[in-house]
Amino acid sequence: MIEVKNISKQFEDGYKVLDDINIVFETGKTNLVIGQSGSGKTVLLKTLVGLHEVNEGSINFDDRNFTSMNFTERKLVRQEFGMVFQGGALFDSLSVIQNVMFPLQMFSHLTHSEKLDRANFCLKRVDLINKNHLSPSEISGGMKKRVAIARAIALNPKYLFCDEPNSGLDPITSILIDNLIKEITEEYQITTIVNTHDMNSVMEIGDKVIYIYKGRKWWEGNKTQIFDTNNKELNEFIFASELTKMIKHKRG
Amino acid sequence: MKLFFHLGRYTKLMGKVFSRPGKASIFFKQILKEIDSLGINSLGIVIIIAFFMGVVITLQTAYNIENPFIPLYLIGLGTRDSMILEFSSTICGLILAGKVGSSIASEIGTMRVTEQIDALEVMGINSANHLILPKIIAAVFINPFLTIISIFIGIFGGWLAGVLSGAVSSENYIYGVQYAFEPFYVTYSLIKTLFFAFIITSVSSYEGFYCTGGALEVGKASTKAVVYSSLMILLFNVILTQLLLTH
Repeated sequence: MIEVKNISKQFEDGYKVLDDINIVFETGKTNLVIGQSGSGKTVLLKTLVGLHEVNEGSINFDDRNFTSMNFTERKLVRQEFGMVFQGGALFDSLSVIQNVMFPLQMFSHLTHSEKLDRANFCLKRVDLINKNHLSPSEISGGMKKRVAIARAIALNPKYLFCDEPNSGLDPITSILIDNLIKEITEEYQITTIVNTHDMNSVMEIGDKVIYIYKGRKWWEGNKTQIFDTNNKELNEFIFASELTKMIKHKRG
Repeated sequence: MKLFFHLGRYTKLMGKVFSRPGKASIFFKQILKEIDSLGINSLGIVIIIAFFMGVVITLQTAYNIENPFIPLYLIGLGTRDSMILEFSSTICGLILAGKVGSSIASEIGTMRVTEQIDALEVMGINSANHLILPKIIAAVFINPFLTIISIFIGIFGGWLAGVLSGAVSSENYIYGVQYAFEPFYVTYSLIKTLFFAFIITSVSSYEGFYCTGGALEVGKASTKAVVYSSLMILLFNVILTQLLLTH
C-alpha cells in the first residue's frame, strides 16, 4: 500500500504543480491516475518514486516514510520498485534480453544462467519471444512497452509504476498492455499505479480511479462509479469524445 | 552568478560521481568498454593528426632556418620538443574534446531526455556514478598512452617529411631528436594529459547529464561540451605550464 499524505510540489519558477494531494493506493489493485495533459499526473508519479522532491507532505510505502529517508535508505526501497516509462526508457546500448537482465545483474546474486532464465521467464510473461537479441531500435512501440514491463517485474517488485503505458499504441496493443498490467498486479499482489488519459484503460482495468485536475485530487472512485458522477470537470474530461458520450447515452 | 551556479552544480555532480560503485564486476566491464570507446576508437584520429603535425613542424622549422650557422639537427630537436611539450598533449586534447566530448554529451544527454537516467535512478542506481565514473577512469587511463603514441608518430612524421623533402638528412634529424633530451618534458606532457582527460570527460558528462528538452537540446549540450572543454583545456594549459615549467 502506498499512502500519500498532503503532498505539494512547487517548481523553482513558483508554479505549484501538485497541491495538497491525499491518496491511498491499494495493494493488489490497479490504481489509475487520470487527468488532462499538464494536470500533474507525471509529476505525481515521479514524486512518488523520488525523482522529484515534495515541498510538503509525506509518502509512505507500507508504513515506511519515503520522504524522510536518506539516499541509502531510499536506494533499498527503490529496489522494490518497477517502473514503466512513457517511452519505455530502454537502454539503447543493450539488447532486449540485456535490458531485462540489467536489474538482475545490478541487484541479484543469481548465477548467469539463473538470471538468463528469469529474464526469459519475464519476456515470456509479456508474450515476447524470439526477440532477445534485437536492440530497442529494432522493435515496435508495443514491444518496447512489453520489454519495459518485463524489465520492471524482473526483480519481483512490490510497487509497479506505469506512466502512460499505452500512449502511442493502437487499440488492440493498448488493451493487451492494460490486461497484462492488471494480470501481473493480481498475480503478484503488487501495488500498481498507472497514469493515463485513455478512457479505454479506465473501463478495462480501473479498480481505483483518481482524477487529478490542475494539480489537485478532484475525484476518487472506480470504473463503474465514474460514469455516474456529477463532477463537472471530470464529466468534461470523460465525455470529451463521441464514443464515451454514446456509452453514457446507452447506459441511460 | 551563472558561473557559480554551474560551478556548484558541477561540484555536486562530481560528489555523486566519486562515490562507491554498485557492483564491481559490472563497473570493471564498463571501464573496459569505455577504454575501447573513448581510447581505442580515437587512436586513428590521434595518429593522423600527430603525423601531419610532425610533418608541418619539420617543414616550417626547416623553412625558417636561413642562417647557415644554425645546425640542421635543430629541426629534429624542435619537432621533438614541440610534439612533447605542446602538440601531443594540448592539440590532441582539443581534438579529443571535439570527438570524445561531443560523443559523451550526446550519449548522456539522449539518455536524459529519453528517461533512461530516470530509469536507473528509480532502480536505486546512482546514475552519475554508473555512467560517468567509468568514462573518467577510462580516459585518465588511456589518454597518456595516446599522448605517447602521438609523440612517436609526430617525430616519425617529421623525420619522413624532412628526409623526403631534403630539408634535413636522416642522421641530422635523429641526432637532433636525441640531443639535449629533457625527460621532465614527457612528465609535464603526461600530467597535462591526465588533467585534460578529466576535463573532457567530466565537463562533457556534466553538459549531457543536465540536458533537458529534446533532440535540439542534446545537440546544444554537445556543442557546449566541446566549447567548454576546449576553453578549460586552454586555461589549464596555462596554469599547468606556469606551475610545472617555471622556476
